[in-house]
Amino acid sequence: MTSILQVNHLRVHYHTPRAVVKAVDDVTFDVQSGERFGLIGESGSGKTTIALAIMRLIRPPGRIESGEVILDGEELLDLSDQEMRQRRLDRVAMVTQGAMNSLNPVIRIRRQFADGLNSHGAQVTTEEARDRLSALLQRVGLQPRVADMYPHELSGGMKQRVCIALAMSLRPSLIIADEPTSALDVVVQRQVMQTLRQVQEDLNAAVVLIGHDMGLMAQFVSRIGVMYAGKIVEEGPVRAIFRHPQHPYTQLLMESLPSLDEKMELRAAQGAPPSAAERPRGCVFHPRCPYVMDRCISEEPLLQKVAPEQMAACHLHDGAGPLPFSNQLVGDGEVAT
Amino acid sequence: MTALLEARSVAKVFGGGLIHRTETVALRSFSFTIDTTRPSITGVVGESGSGKSTMARLLLGLETPTKGSVLYRGKDLSRLSGIERHSFRQEIQAIFQDPFESFNSFYRVDHMLEVPIQKFDLARTKAEMRRLMVNALEAVGLRPEETLGRFPHQLSGGQRQRVMVARALLLSPKLIIADEPVSMIDASLRATVLTNLRQLRDDFGISLIYITHDLTTAFQICDDIVVLYRGYVAEAGDTTKVVKEPKHPYTQLLCSSIPRPDPDRTWPDEPERSSLAVQAHPDRGCPFAARCPHTFEPCLQEAPPIFRMEAQRGATCYLYQDAPTLPFDKMDELLAYASSVAEVETTPAAPV
Repeated sequence: MTSILQVNHLRVHYHTPRAVVKAVDDVTFDVQSGERFGLIGESGSGKTTIALAIMRLIRPPGRIESGEVILDGEELLDLSDQEMRQRRLDRVAMVTQGAMNSLNPVIRIRRQFADGLNSHGAQVTTEEARDRLSALLQRVGLQPRVADMYPHELSGGMKQRVCIALAMSLRPSLIIADEPTSALDVVVQRQVMQTLRQVQEDLNAAVVLIGHDMGLMAQFVSRIGVMYAGKIVEEGPVRAIFRHPQHPYTQLLMESLPSLDEKMELRAAQGAPPSAAERPRGCVFHPRCPYVMDRCISEEPLLQKVAPEQMAACHLHDGAGPLPFSNQLVGDGEVAT
Repeated sequence: MTALLEARSVAKVFGGGLIHRTETVALRSFSFTIDTTRPSITGVVGESGSGKSTMARLLLGLETPTKGSVLYRGKDLSRLSGIERHSFRQEIQAIFQDPFESFNSFYRVDHMLEVPIQKFDLARTKAEMRRLMVNALEAVGLRPEETLGRFPHQLSGGQRQRVMVARALLLSPKLIIADEPVSMIDASLRATVLTNLRQLRDDFGISLIYITHDLTTAFQICDDIVVLYRGYVAEAGDTTKVVKEPKHPYTQLLCSSIPRPDPDRTWPDEPERSSLAVQAHPDRGCPFAARCPHTFEPCLQEAPPIFRMEAQRGATCYLYQDAPTLPFDKMDELLAYASSVAEVETTPAAPV
């Protein structure tokens, strides 16, 4: 497998009048071709900023300070605005939480789709465009007649599927899905996610799923990066992350998941995530960490290998083996790699 | 004995006037009793458009029912005198979804807590007021010295929502109606708010109506649960039973759609669709017929009544038509709470 997306040492800061907010602080990860990769984090952890940085949609006062975003061997951060505009939709498409509200309410679906094709110089006849749209809509489980409807005639889940159809219209190699279903009900969420998965497999596109719902991640992705306060603190295969989380923050996330299997004592986490403007020195998680040591307060831990394919940024791993952890939710079975 | 709060066959229909011709049935025939003998947590679960928020607003007197009535200590909410309204506003508190919007960002957190104390004359001196605020904050696990004097934007979502719980606690209410109280709070902080809500029942004897779209959190804290679908009661009964062995096809679909946080328990395949060609018709037939894999003839004729399979278990589905029916205005018999009251009053429970 080859990397379709490489993000190297990305830093994105927001220069507000009061302070410089380090929304994304030295983040590195890569996504393989055809892979489903998840970025999970709480609000303010920087996950959406990463998505916007990949799309080159960071607006002032935000600025990409340094780093590389390499899509299919091409450095996106060096492209001109015009060139980048051509890459969007064509090479990398995005589906956001509010995507369904980004449809123009007074224009039929068909024309919104044609706009995308035309702006990317696709030379298609009206008939070809019609056929392509019908095929796309069918692929996301909608009837072709949806093309002649206005957005308000569709339900939220249908609109979100239209957006997925639009996102795949030029067969991009990467789809960034930023909380694509958090405005939808669980039943519809499942349909939309299954649609996205089918589309992803058909196109053999890679998907970066961004979200806060551990359940959704478990259902959809094969590898996860866990974000906290602008950094990736742990990364690894989904099963390893759920069974044997190696960063105390990931462990905390796992413990605070309410179960549908048994009523349990809800483990309450101490403290709250730091404000984006005042990040703690040393390890960003140390004020809430149950295992905090002197070192954590002064020295920032770097991502290091803790298992064959798993990385965690925690001083506990320096010279020590993996951290013990028992997950109440999933059996303590073997880690499939 | 008069119930604290009682909804009698309450229905709410929006529209249907001269301008908005189409009627939208937000809630159809909902009955409910909250007593003060034994505090309980009742969950009302449904997706958007199920009528769950309408129900909260009806119970709080923010909407007037189209049919039926909401009674506070035996008196219709719309006919309360000034004094009765005042005590209604003290005994029944609300917590809403968005802890960001509940605050006025120009005032410090203190203001949020001082207003109800002044309004309800709970303290005579500044020191007494301060003590009440400190107690309430400590009761929800907040450190007063870190909370008081701050502005809302300096608190996290979880902290803000806990201030709202503290504010409700100040007034020593009998019942708190919480509409999606944790849905905007990050996962690692959600547990603390849920724990607070449980404490309301266990430590303070306050009943709670927990309204949510999230079956998982409802399962964790509720004694009983009512599942709503498009304004209809789909299923009601003991929480564990409803979640573990859902009977109504909608509840089954809901339970199977929840993304389990376990990579080895993935979603089952897309459920089969209704076999009969059904046009969703809100006035006739079962509201779920168009999406139900089990639809058969009776479902299209008339909306199903509640079939009571067990003492604390009922579903509005013809699959269970062999079970005795239960009128909608008696639906609260399905809730464990109501049957415990029945025990207290030594009224024999209805036979199964």
